[in-house]
Amino acid sequence: MPRRSSAISRKEIKHIAWLAKVDLTKKEEEFFTKQLNQILNYFRKIDEVDTKGAPPTYHVVELTNVLRPDEVKPSKPSKVIQNVPESKSGYVKAPRII
Amino acid sequence: MAVDDLKVKIGLEVHCQLTSLKTKLFCSCSADYRGDKPNTHVCPVCIGIPGTLPVVNEKAVNFAVMVASALNSKISERMVFFRKNYFYPDMPKNFQISQYDKAGGIPISVGGFLTLDGGRRVMIRRIQLEEDPGKLSYEGTIETSRYTLVDYNRAGVALVEVVTEPDLESPREARIFLEKLRSQLEHLGVFDGSLEGSMRCDANISLAEGRRVEVKNISSFKEVERALNFEVTRQGTLVGKGIRVGMETRHWDEVRRITVTLRVKEEEQDYRYFPEPDLMPIQITEEYVSKLRASMPELPESRRQRFIETYGISGQNADVLIDNKALADFFEKCVELKTNPQEASNWIVGDLIAYLHAAGIELSESKITPKHLTRILQMIDDGTISIKIAKLVLEEMMKTGATPEEIVERKGLRRISDTTYLADLVNKIFRENTQAVSDAVRDEKAVNYLVGQLMKATQGKADPELANKLIRDKLAELSK
Amino acid sequence: MPKLEELPAVELSSRIRRGEIKAEEYVHKVLDRIRKVERKIHAYITVMDEEALKKAGEIDRKVRSGSNVGRLCGVAVAVKDNLCTEGVRTTCCSRMLENFIPPYDAAVVERIRQEDAVLVGKTNMDEFAMGSSTEYSYFKPTRNPWNLDRVPGGSSGGSAAAVAAGEAALALGSDTGGSIRCPASFCSVVGLKPTYGLVSRYGLVAYANSLEQIGPFAESVEDCALLLSCVAGHDPNDSTSLNKPKEDYVSFLQNDVRGLRIGVPKQFFGDGTDRTVDRAVWNAVKRLEQLGATYEEISLKSLDYALAAYYIVAMSEASSNLARYDGLRYGLRKPDRSRDWSAAFSENRSAGFGAEVKRRIILGTYALSAGYYSQYYLKAQQIRTLIRRDFDEAFKRFDVVAGPTMPILPFKIGEKIRDPLEMYMCDVDTVPANLAGLPALSVPCGFHNGLPIGLQLMAAPSREDLLLRVGYTYEQNMKHSFLKPKI
Repeated sequence: MPRRSSAISRKEIKHIAWLAKVDLTKKEEEFFTKQLNQILNYFRKIDEVDTKGAPPTYHVVELTNVLRPDEVKPSKPSKVIQNVPESKSGYVKAPRII
Repeated sequence: MAVDDLKVKIGLEVHCQLTSLKTKLFCSCSADYRGDKPNTHVCPVCIGIPGTLPVVNEKAVNFAVMVASALNSKISERMVFFRKNYFYPDMPKNFQISQYDKAGGIPISVGGFLTLDGGRRVMIRRIQLEEDPGKLSYEGTIETSRYTLVDYNRAGVALVEVVTEPDLESPREARIFLEKLRSQLEHLGVFDGSLEGSMRCDANISLAEGRRVEVKNISSFKEVERALNFEVTRQGTLVGKGIRVGMETRHWDEVRRITVTLRVKEEEQDYRYFPEPDLMPIQITEEYVSKLRASMPELPESRRQRFIETYGISGQNADVLIDNKALADFFEKCVELKTNPQEASNWIVGDLIAYLHAAGIELSESKITPKHLTRILQMIDDGTISIKIAKLVLEEMMKTGATPEEIVERKGLRRISDTTYLADLVNKIFRENTQAVSDAVRDEKAVNYLVGQLMKATQGKADPELANKLIRDKLAELSK
Repeated sequence: MPKLEELPAVELSSRIRRGEIKAEEYVHKVLDRIRKVERKIHAYITVMDEEALKKAGEIDRKVRSGSNVGRLCGVAVAVKDNLCTEGVRTTCCSRMLENFIPPYDAAVVERIRQEDAVLVGKTNMDEFAMGSSTEYSYFKPTRNPWNLDRVPGGSSGGSAAAVAAGEAALALGSDTGGSIRCPASFCSVVGLKPTYGLVSRYGLVAYANSLEQIGPFAESVEDCALLLSCVAGHDPNDSTSLNKPKEDYVSFLQNDVRGLRIGVPKQFFGDGTDRTVDRAVWNAVKRLEQLGATYEEISLKSLDYALAAYYIVAMSEASSNLARYDGLRYGLRKPDRSRDWSAAFSENRSAGFGAEVKRRIILGTYALSAGYYSQYYLKAQQIRTLIRRDFDEAFKRFDVVAGPTMPILPFKIGEKIRDPLEMYMCDVDTVPANLAGLPALSVPCGFHNGLPIGLQLMAAPSREDLLLRVGYTYEQNMKHSFLKPKI
């Protein structure tokens, strides 16, 4: 498999920031481009390792079929929404879609 | 090139709420939210309060396996949940716990099919279990609203998503597919398709091997045909003008009946799927599947066969009944009440359905009961009312829920068999229609006209045979 | 005569239970201590003085009336500010959650309350637990009680410092890549990261779910075991919770390591390890040998890649776990100014998150994105398997594995903050335990120029008993174990 360059461009960082919904200032973009490339470069270390035959460990515990019965447990909805910054008639008010 | 000649390919992603579950998929909130005030069916888990964790509803897994079974899909031995990461105001965590079939993901099942009338199979790509997002509403339209209102009551409700291959060839076929799917799922007892929003779908549609357009926010199988017809026309127009159809996501606006571009910039959406770290895999053994299968209710195909073989009703009637579980159940109840199955099925498939369609309602929204229909048929049999009157009574019954007796009494609809009374009327009619009377000697049509007048005079309540006889007897008498 | 607030928790709770000490009097003393040293240490974000005194009064009444009281009877416990406390601000030391008031208690908080602990406050941390020095807190950094110019370690710096400075007898923290052990080492207290799944994560604001655990801080191994006993055990609200019933970890303590076998991986003594640390830790190992254990140097090759694998997995999970902070349901919300939702979300998040959090979200999003997933995330998860295998092999031949908790002495405030990668390197010895889900304990093993050094012990899954036994034996045979900082 061809080795992908680890260098992450400023353009890519902008796109990632859009995907992750985190606005970056121009200064942050510049700053991060340098730092993130440094870090990614360090991450490239893992390319050296032969992981053939090693399945990924997604969970370190070996539990399966952790399930709960279909029984209603009361909750206090008014408490749950007490941190909502903006609401209208019981709805959570969000910015416009388009 | 005419729009009709352009080959249409439609694939559906159908989201069916498991409305028969008491709680949501990952928390113990009541899932029965319809009609309640916004944000009253929420708990820290389903609204995504920091620190909360999901726990899988056991029954949801059972239901999902049953659905997969009913759709002939290959059930996975081991099933895992994945995170689908994207931001949207209806997403409490800005990721959806769902399933995936790549990168190590294992949904409930893969493959499968649903057979349409005539034997054509629509192939299924995969079936997965996932959580419903919240519901958005607007002040005005999605485009003009200054803000968005979010209700998380629905967030976390269990959904089974059925993804088809792009095998559907027309908007109409898409609707039929959804109706059949609905019937299957209702027969399984996992969901009630008459509940608002219980079955929603996104469609992928392309014309003439062009780019795929995704249409979201199709909220019922009634809307799917409209939405897709609109798209076929819209895309066809573009193709006709030589304009390339853009690969995009569009939103179906039910009110204005148009699709609207949702994603303005064609920024690539990247869901960054990865296994849900907070949930453990679920092993699905053959034993468990067999046990579930054995306890599954009767599916449409078997029920159809049974209707034909046991009750002797026509294949056509059986088809119609099976496509709507509520009607099939209604029919069986009538049979239980000793109604003649063929008659019952004819009335249901004919007048009853016609009324429902005209009124635009589901059976559950009408006021008729199997007992009522049975009674009507009995009253026809014992001569209390004529078939024509019976149709009126049926309609009234569906509207008001009154018993047939009540309606007949209240409106005075009894079949009139009083010969004396009718004879008097006949005399009156003969006096008032002298021309017809003289014509009647030669012309059969005039005879029918006179009979018709008698029926009219009795608001259709006269016994038609008797009416006929009396008219003809009188004519015979006069010609003497 | 030891001061009330300096008594070990085990003794405190039993004397309060017997009515010998009034919980209210003790808690007053603790609050006095807090008032005295806080402006120097800044361990706390929220001090819950009213609630603490109220609870102390209740406990005294219970004791007087002869009712049953819990195992933590009256003991002052500090709780890291990423553990949800109902009705009490839980900020994760982020501007994003500055005013967030959870509607529920974390499972561990519920449990310690049931055991009649007195919660004295919420402690300082690196923002969203991302850091190794508590310098990334949105509020001021915490200072190391042993040397106020130095960091206390992170991300649970506040909890460790509170215990070290006598501002609480016990504390709870969270450990994703060393966030309990690192500050335990830097503050010369005992800190334990339990086996993954032993302690419920319900109520722990998630940073990296497959790696993190909540764990205890204490001045002694016995106290640490006491707190662990109170919080561990199955929780049906956490699907990753082990099916273990509660255990009494104090019962595993014995002053005896004869016949125990210690493995010492040379990878824990890599190039970045300070010579003073190297020496102190080896002295500790040799001391254990004197006490009857045996040791052997081993090589766990996969550990060379642990740090990179850790950060990739942690950042990936973090990028997803922190997506929920968009300002709609809780958290920082800037006025919408008729922007669309995407722009509004981005603005809220940008204003709410600090630089380190942003870095990790960006990198994590990148590592999971199309085209990079198998190169980074998937590969890192595979390396986890190799690391786990190496440890499984090691634990066939050894009871515990030992090494330094931190490769360096506590550094100066501001020293490493400019270089994220340099900061990450501090975690090199602690991350393997998180990747493999193994229990790990840090016990103080000496000082150099007044700066603490920690000995790290690791064991096979659910073998906290071995860790506590070795840690206890070492502690009981070392004079330095019970020194206190002069603040």
